[in-house]
Amino acid sequence: MTQEFWKMVLGRLNFESLDFLKAFYDPTLNEVILTGAAWAVLAGGALGVAVLTYFRLWGPMWRKYLVSVDHKRIGIMYIVLAFLMLARGVIEGVVMRAQQADGLGGGFLSADHYAQLFSTHGTIMIFFFAMPFLTGLINIVVPLQIGARDVSFPMLNSVSLGLTVSGAMLIMISLVLGKFSTGGWTAYPPYTESTFQPGVGPDYWIWSLMLAGVGSTLTGINFVVTILKERAPGMTLMKMPMFTWTALCTSILMVFALPPLTVAAGMLAYDRYLGFHFFTNALGGNMMNFANLLWLFGHPEVYILILPAFGVYSEIVATYSGKRLYGYGSLVVATMVIAILSFTVWLHHFFTMGQDANVNAAFGIATMLIGVPTGVKVYDWMATMYRGRVRFSVPMVYMVAFMMLFVIGGLTGIILANPSIDFQVHNTLFLVAHFHNMLIPGLLFGMLAGYTYWFPKVFGFRLNDKWGYVSAYCWITGFVLVFFPLYIVGLMGMTRRTVAYTNPAYEPWMIVSGIGGLVVTVALATLVLQLYVSIRDREYTRDIGGDPWDARTLEWATPSPIPAYNFAVIPHIHAREAFAVAKEAGMGYQEPKKYSDIHLPGDTYMGVIMAVFGTGFGFGMIWYMWWLAIVCFAVMAVAFVGRALRGDRAAVIIPAAQVEAEHRAWLERVRKLAPITREHEQDGTNYGVAAPDQGAAA
Amino acid sequence: MSGNSTAIYAAPGLSFEAEEHHDHDHAGKALSGFWLFMMSDLIIFGLFFATYATMLTPMSYAGGPTPKDLFELPGAAMETAALLTSTLTFGFASLAVKYDMGRGKVLGWLAVTLALGMVFLGLEIREFVHMFAIGAVPERSGFLSSFFGLVPLHGAHVTAGSIWLIIMMIQIARKGVDETAKSRLARLALFWHFLDIIWIGIFSVVYLGGIA
Repeated sequence: MTQEFWKMVLGRLNFESLDFLKAFYDPTLNEVILTGAAWAVLAGGALGVAVLTYFRLWGPMWRKYLVSVDHKRIGIMYIVLAFLMLARGVIEGVVMRAQQADGLGGGFLSADHYAQLFSTHGTIMIFFFAMPFLTGLINIVVPLQIGARDVSFPMLNSVSLGLTVSGAMLIMISLVLGKFSTGGWTAYPPYTESTFQPGVGPDYWIWSLMLAGVGSTLTGINFVVTILKERAPGMTLMKMPMFTWTALCTSILMVFALPPLTVAAGMLAYDRYLGFHFFTNALGGNMMNFANLLWLFGHPEVYILILPAFGVYSEIVATYSGKRLYGYGSLVVATMVIAILSFTVWLHHFFTMGQDANVNAAFGIATMLIGVPTGVKVYDWMATMYRGRVRFSVPMVYMVAFMMLFVIGGLTGIILANPSIDFQVHNTLFLVAHFHNMLIPGLLFGMLAGYTYWFPKVFGFRLNDKWGYVSAYCWITGFVLVFFPLYIVGLMGMTRRTVAYTNPAYEPWMIVSGIGGLVVTVALATLVLQLYVSIRDREYTRDIGGDPWDARTLEWATPSPIPAYNFAVIPHIHAREAFAVAKEAGMGYQEPKKYSDIHLPGDTYMGVIMAVFGTGFGFGMIWYMWWLAIVCFAVMAVAFVGRALRGDRAAVIIPAAQVEAEHRAWLERVRKLAPITREHEQDGTNYGVAAPDQGAAA
Repeated sequence: MSGNSTAIYAAPGLSFEAEEHHDHDHAGKALSGFWLFMMSDLIIFGLFFATYATMLTPMSYAGGPTPKDLFELPGAAMETAALLTSTLTFGFASLAVKYDMGRGKVLGWLAVTLALGMVFLGLEIREFVHMFAIGAVPERSGFLSSFFGLVPLHGAHVTAGSIWLIIMMIQIARKGVDETAKSRLARLALFWHFLDIIWIGIFSVVYLGGIA
């Protein structure tokens, strides 16, 4: 009777699920690493709670962040989440590299543990590092670039964040309780069906992706409407900054590409929970459907990830070259073409899985075509730099490294696009090298460049340049050392996702790659160090004028740190790169004639409710605690209905007089500051007011 | 390019003109967002349809019942009649809102719509119970899995729409047909008609296609 009762309460959870105890009865290195990771999560959580309590930050965090609908605050929370998950993802990657450096005929990890590592590494990097980071940047930057006070649906924005956080929470819980899936981030059935993995692993994958996926879909809807409906007067589509264009295309892709993931994961859940036969071996299931559904999401997803980084690079290259962006029209068209073509190439992820050669040929050609607009972009960026006075700031270092490395990655992509070659290298480390070569320079460098670039706008001080350079060079060197050897062993025939190997010819390359892993670890550490040093020395890098880089788009025409209402008065836009044009005419800082009251959306609990009860719902589903899943789902549903019946929370009204006083005070401070030339960009004298650029190119 | 085109403006780049008190058009934005949501939802349905179509093979029947064995027209026709009529009555509710015919009329037509939605759901559940009784359960074959993936998904949407209808009726009964109610009813109407279109797809592909 009591046993029945506990089974109902705890579901599948039992003593064996407790990862943090495993090393105590089986102290091998493999188990110690497993247990150590569980303790790291527990200790990290405890440390976080302790710090918040000690510095009495619970109240401010709740009021300023968790219930806030301010798009900048939501963006910051997304990026904090992304950095935390990046740390875990990088460490997992380094452990895998270490294992393979030691992997000739063995190594220190069990095959099962290694499989969990590559599954969580991929899942985390795509869904809980890359997606939150770019969503955070879009959140912070897009409303500023289009001259809006907030997004169209602020409450929904908070809900999206809450759902993403709940997915990330589930992934973190999987380190402490139970095993994650060993089926890779793509989770191909039938291996992920309950016949082969009856435990909780694939269920962790299903529910964390389901929750985060719904969050991303809602983000997509929110930003398509925001960009189409909230632009300042005069900002036509073709006057939008390039980052906003890429954000628009990414948002459109989110709306249309996330549903296939929801369907694939949902059908897998039907199979696993209710005994359906969508993808099983027996009784007419068809796993090819899963491959199609997953990549119907998966390929557009690649462009969801890369397009915002392209946007960041477009902003950076114009700013740090002191020139307007070359070929704006062609960049817009290229972005849109990429967004559309991204839906026509998904089959190249499984050329070898048995379809007709003509089908393969068609998708191979489509894949090669998608390289064309990307090439256009690279030429546009080079032409922007041509005859510009390029400053090799930290973001520019990332940008230049990106242009060189990304082209190499693109070329290996063209090689893979040829089905007959793909048959030779499919499922080898050549492929692993290829997609890391696209995503690390393409996405990670872009996000870090954007982080460095927009940091002063949000926080009011610049990041430390010295440690920024160290970190950038470490990321670049580390990346090259880790992944270029993988091309070579891939061509030699080394398969991916294998824990150990027997061919001694691989070993030297694996050791080089392992050393690269150490460099990447240093890169991650210096990023943390940079943030610490920057906060410590913030008095020397103050950004008051709000324009530390002599930048070109609207967000730099505001004070730093930016006020909650963004713009004292919504500007009317008469040109592309409007702020640069205004500055050229000596009218960068105009005094508005009249101020009005500003209405801002009120706080909401919905995001917190989604994060807490979304996690509870997923946890209940994963561990068969049906009562928990039902209760949590009911709470979320009731919260929505209650919110609908009660109506929006009252708006916060900022009186015109206050806005006027704040804005005047800022203009006064700007007038008193000495404008600095670009030679002094990284000095302590750069308070964020740019001197007119005398030798400005056309 | 930008440099030249600004010459015609008094202020280069950007300016702060007297803020005309522009209406924020919340209803319009919400409707746009809802259209996007439905497009997204339509892709989910599209993929379930596609999966169903690929499961119409002897391999996926796995020796179990085929569409010919399972589907008969009268039941599906009754479901279709109930749902299509409900979309008509929702149209009457929308007209009652548009021409300010009063709270009573709006509530009345919404109630009829809700009742017809319930009839539809009742008929659908009766069909499922019958299928379960003769052993046509989703665990039987890939084909039945895809059927029970697609058709109850639509049913779940109708259920959600019905709950939404009830909430709207409570709101209108309490606060009348104000701007919020109008804006929400417009979206609910869109949703309800959307489900009708999906049902026409199901009727054509699953039932008519199955019997043919």
